[in-house]
Amino acid sequence: MDMNEIKEIFFQECEEQLAELESGLLKLNDGDRDPETVNAVFRAVHSIKGGAGAFGLEDLVAFAHVFETTLDCVRSNRLEPSQDVLKVMLKSADVLADLTNAARDGGFVDESRSRALVKELEALANGETPAPSVDAPKVVAKAPEPVQAAPPTDDSGFQPVPFSFDSFGDEEAEGEGEQVFDITFRPRRELFSKGNEAALLLRDLSRIGEMSINCDIDGLPALDAMDPEDSYFGWSISLKTKKAEEDVRSVFEFAEWDCELTVKAAEAAAPAADLPMVPVPFDLSALDEVSGPAASADVSAAQTESDASKMAAAAARVEKKETAAAAAAAAQTATTAAAAAGQTIRVDLDRVDRLINLVGELVINQAMLSQSVIENDNNGTSSINMGLEELQQLTREIQDSVMAIRAQPVKPVFQRMSRIVREVADMVGKSIRLVTEGENTEVDKTVIDKIAEPLTHMIRNAVDHGIETPEKREAAGKDPEGTIKLTAKHRSGRILIELVDDGAGINRERVKQKAIDNELIAPDANLSDEEIDNLIFAPGFSTADTISDISGRGVGMDVVKRSIQALGGRISISSRPGHGSTFTMSLPLTLAVLDGMVVTVAGQTLVVPLTAIVETLQPEATAIHSFGANQRLISIRDSFCPLVDVGRILNFRSVQANPVEGVALLVESEGGGQRALMVDAIQGQRQVVIKSLEANYTHVPGIAAATILGDGRVALILDVDAVVSASRGQSLKPEMSLAATG
Amino acid sequence: MSYAVKNMSEDDRELIAFRIGDQEFCVNIMSVREIRGWTTATPLPHAPPYVLGVINLRGAVLPIVDLSAMLGMKAAEPSVRHVIIVAQVKSRVVGLLVEAVSDILTIIGDSIQPVPEVSSELEKQYARGILAIDKRMICMIDLDALFPQQESEAA
Repeated sequence: MDMNEIKEIFFQECEEQLAELESGLLKLNDGDRDPETVNAVFRAVHSIKGGAGAFGLEDLVAFAHVFETTLDCVRSNRLEPSQDVLKVMLKSADVLADLTNAARDGGFVDESRSRALVKELEALANGETPAPSVDAPKVVAKAPEPVQAAPPTDDSGFQPVPFSFDSFGDEEAEGEGEQVFDITFRPRRELFSKGNEAALLLRDLSRIGEMSINCDIDGLPALDAMDPEDSYFGWSISLKTKKAEEDVRSVFEFAEWDCELTVKAAEAAAPAADLPMVPVPFDLSALDEVSGPAASADVSAAQTESDASKMAAAAARVEKKETAAAAAAAAQTATTAAAAAGQTIRVDLDRVDRLINLVGELVINQAMLSQSVIENDNNGTSSINMGLEELQQLTREIQDSVMAIRAQPVKPVFQRMSRIVREVADMVGKSIRLVTEGENTEVDKTVIDKIAEPLTHMIRNAVDHGIETPEKREAAGKDPEGTIKLTAKHRSGRILIELVDDGAGINRERVKQKAIDNELIAPDANLSDEEIDNLIFAPGFSTADTISDISGRGVGMDVVKRSIQALGGRISISSRPGHGSTFTMSLPLTLAVLDGMVVTVAGQTLVVPLTAIVETLQPEATAIHSFGANQRLISIRDSFCPLVDVGRILNFRSVQANPVEGVALLVESEGGGQRALMVDAIQGQRQVVIKSLEANYTHVPGIAAATILGDGRVALILDVDAVVSASRGQSLKPEMSLAATG
Repeated sequence: MSYAVKNMSEDDRELIAFRIGDQEFCVNIMSVREIRGWTTATPLPHAPPYVLGVINLRGAVLPIVDLSAMLGMKAAEPSVRHVIIVAQVKSRVVGLLVEAVSDILTIIGDSIQPVPEVSSELEKQYARGILAIDKRMICMIDLDALFPQQESEAA
């Protein structure tokens, strides 16, 4: 594992920490005052700082440190996390994310922004604590340039931190003279397994004062009994320093609960020689550049080597422990949090996908095997059948479990949206609150990855165009603060994402005029409100008179619609003038399997997604009514529903089938309204693996995808919505747009 | 076997020749992934007449094209004697229904004659050259030209 890989892990963990940070802050923003939330937020920033320090990412460390200091004030109840405070903190979280990205991708961060925030954060921290504010301006001045780590010797544990003089600890230390601490330090095995290194801690300690050190080797077993990964040494240190006890402890803060540590102030005069220890026989400093020659123990050297590689990764994970007082409680929660977080592994997505594909093949093969056994089974060999049934159950379970690997909550995407709302609202001078619901709704990772972009665009649109300015809102008698609500929920095997704003709604007059201007519709077109609203999805449509920086990036809602459709999803809008708009996106949970009803249409086998079917019924002759020239309606419990002959729509036959001879599938489509789809017969229900038609062919109108059935033949999966639209008289074409029908 | 030359140079190519009706065609062997027997295809709605449907090729959905119909000749009546040439065309895989595979040819670079001036646009589009071998005429098909990306997307 080389340094870059370690760094990559660090950045991955940073992403997790940033998400944790943001969700914590948002919880606080919603009035959550659970100390554990505050701790989680603090830990997130602290871990980033720690990891960044290990890589010498000065900018990041510097900013994280100021942020951390302010958060510490909140944690210790010196600062009330009011809305204003949280606003600054959320912005700081954004900047921290930017800095992290910049550190990873070598990008550039707007310094003025981070500087301003540093000032704000410090003001917050100092507002409650009469602290040495003298240092603050100086800090700002020298912060930005990343310099090679030239460790200041008079500093506390975080050498790369130019800001080290923070509010805690220093006041006392400044005034006092030197003090001697007796420190005993005995690392436990875990300390090394988490990638910390005793020698580095001791070196850091040596930087804050004059130190004499003794190694306690009593615990060292004979060479043959020695476990190279265990820890056998302890050290007793006598440290003469101007620092306070807290600063001394802070050296060990990443390691504190993985070692036995005592720090106590000794008599000022106590000479190091009094300590009843043998002088250091193993010069630990040989492990690094700090000092002298070494007849060093192989054990330590080996540890260093393996541990150094782990160090950075672990450093980012290690949580900060409280100084003295709150120690016990915090340690408890921190440990449980760490344990919960530790139960994951990172796997390359390609590997998971390969597994999923293989399991898909397995399912098909198993089905084929079952079928051929049934076909050849003349004398009812039940043991084979039983075995096959078990196999079927197992394959199904394997498939479910494999699919679950890819399922992820939508939370990260939603969190990203909250940032976009903040930024864009700031830019356009609007005050907007984002409310999210159902962010733990799980969906396939591919879906998550792919909805972020369209969703971003829609959010920008909602902020820029949807919500009015505070003045207009007040004039309309609304809360000057606009609300955008983002919800995710599972509904009948799909994920439904709704974006609701309480803005002005769609200006239908303007939309229609624009569509006429752009020749999307005929000037005399007679459109329903719903159709007008949906015009905004038409290609080449943009209502913004002036292309603004925010939403006018040359992509319109048509792009949004296309990307949603590419995912097998649908999007629709409903709008009430003066009350806002609702965008509804319905997406498949996974792009790989589907529960379907296998039906026969004109001799062909088709699969109808089970999610679309409300009920199935055998129509009676008396229930069928002719309507107009060639429409037929079916009466179901006193309501009439148009009959749609699937075979006809798909061009499988040229004349309409006799409905009485077939089966009607009552479906509900995205656009609302029910239709009865006529098929010839129902073969059964089964889970099918979705196979792309587009990979080797092209999109087929009316067909969502293909699958492979038990007999090894390909069956097509019906696109119910497209078929329903086609039955409304719209042409069944891939590029079906409202503009074309207008 | 006067056309088979043993010492291959870089210009040498191996081609697979096949029969449609009374004509012979060939494609570069490098684009052929496998040759398999005919199995009933699942028809696709709204497909052009030369697209016979899709079959299952070890878990992948493979469209089958009646090459005869696609080249403007008589539509094939698929039977067990027909074969499917599974060919890679750019990023996609297509099954070409032909009557029989007749030969594997190794040719040297300049033995391909240019296509004579013909009036038909269709032939101009796909024909890359003509080989004269043992008094037979074999037309070399450019699959990339026959299946341009956008053409099949509109199909």
